Amino acid sequence: MERKITLPLDKEVAKSLRTGETVLISGDMLVFRDAGHKRLFESIKAGKPDINYEGETIYFMGPCPAMPGQVMGSCGPTTSGRMDKYTPYMFDTGLAAQIGKGKRSNDCVQAIVRNGGVYFAAIGGAGATYSSCVTKVEELCYSDLGTEAIRRITVKDFPAIVAIDSLGNNIYER
Amino acid sequence: MKTADLNLLEQKIAEAIEYIACNMESSCRAALEKAREGEENPTARFALDVMCDNADIAAKNGFPVCQDTGMAVVFLYVGRELILDGDIYKAVNDGVRRGYKMLRKSVLDPVTRVNTGDNTPAVIHTQIVEGEKIRVEIMLKGFGSENMSKVYMLNPAQGLEEAKRLIIDSVAVAGSNPCPPVIVGVGLGGTLEKACELSKHALFRKLGSSNPDPELDNLEKYLLGEINKLGVGAQGFGGNTTALGVFIEKYPTHISSLPVAVNMLCHCSRATSFEI
Repeated sequence: MERKITLPLDKEVAKSLRTGETVLISGDMLVFRDAGHKRLFESIKAGKPDINYEGETIYFMGPCPAMPGQVMGSCGPTTSGRMDKYTPYMFDTGLAAQIGKGKRSNDCVQAIVRNGGVYFAAIGGAGATYSSCVTKVEELCYSDLGTEAIRRITVKDFPAIVAIDSLGNNIYER
Repeated sequence: MKTADLNLLEQKIAEAIEYIACNMESSCRAALEKAREGEENPTARFALDVMCDNADIAAKNGFPVCQDTGMAVVFLYVGRELILDGDIYKAVNDGVRRGYKMLRKSVLDPVTRVNTGDNTPAVIHTQIVEGEKIRVEIMLKGFGSENMSKVYMLNPAQGLEEAKRLIIDSVAVAGSNPCPPVIVGVGLGGTLEKACELSKHALFRKLGSSNPDPELDNLEKYLLGEINKLGVGAQGFGGNTTALGVFIEKYPTHISSLPVAVNMLCHCSRATSFEI
């Protein structure tokens, strides 16, 4: 049975989630991937972060253009491992959770444990399903990156699995 | 002598891309359904349920199955009796540009990382064949799986035994990244680039079909069995469905070598073929 959770993610809820649990997520999340992370980190390095991600959940995704009748085009997760190098810093500076697909580095797992965070796995390839969960989209910055711009989206009943929990349990290490 | 209709080629390529982006290849859809029915691991089963539902939502509404609508890979078989009065590669890329109009543009310059803006160019392989037709095989290749590709230049003493071990290992190492259950394409022999091309072309085979070469057929069955014992499972969540199929193609190679290329396809195969 799926557990319903809402974003922004409550700290106690985050700590209560357990690897292997199926969840339906509703609320607001930030969306970006490789190029968005690269540029955000350049802005952090320059001392002026382009967005504030404290308490937020980031979904690693770059959507298709919206078809007529869609709020957002197909929008399944991309491979999270490519964002591993940015991840520990982001959890250490207030990020609540990440959503993507696939395994993470040990450094990421440790950062999740130390900060009471969580990593959700969305179902890779399920772009049309996830599109039907999106009720609102707002582009925040880096629009020149096209599909890789930073967006805020609102979702309803977005299906995912708890992949790494705050105790360090890891669905990819069985 | 007949002149090739390059306008028709462009149009058919555009239509094929629009169709396959939203419609999972039918043998793949059937294999996913079978996998879902046979999966006992509840988390993997949940993932397979979502994958099957997603394919149906996409087909019903005309939405792309996956947001990674890939890079277009095109194999062209051009009849030698045809007159080519124009640039066949331009026709293919014009078709790709049109076909991707409502799809994600993921193609960029590898050095500057500046997007080409229209998902061109396609990767095009051409062969001259008998006859007066153009046959086209086209695939929208996602890169979660492409990034998990491997190529090994084995020495003859290592032989097929080592090749088998490395093929299985490449799927294990890829783990959850290529969106399993995967389809595994293997190229044996040739040179470095020939092995890679074979491994890509192998992915056009229909799931459920047998390799016409009995030795390769046995090898495919053996590898599929071993890969499905790895326990990677759907989306890396465990269970017995790590791969839907293993397809092998071979080509003669040099006395000094055994090239082995492994190219993976995610669970949503988007490919088709046609002839004009």
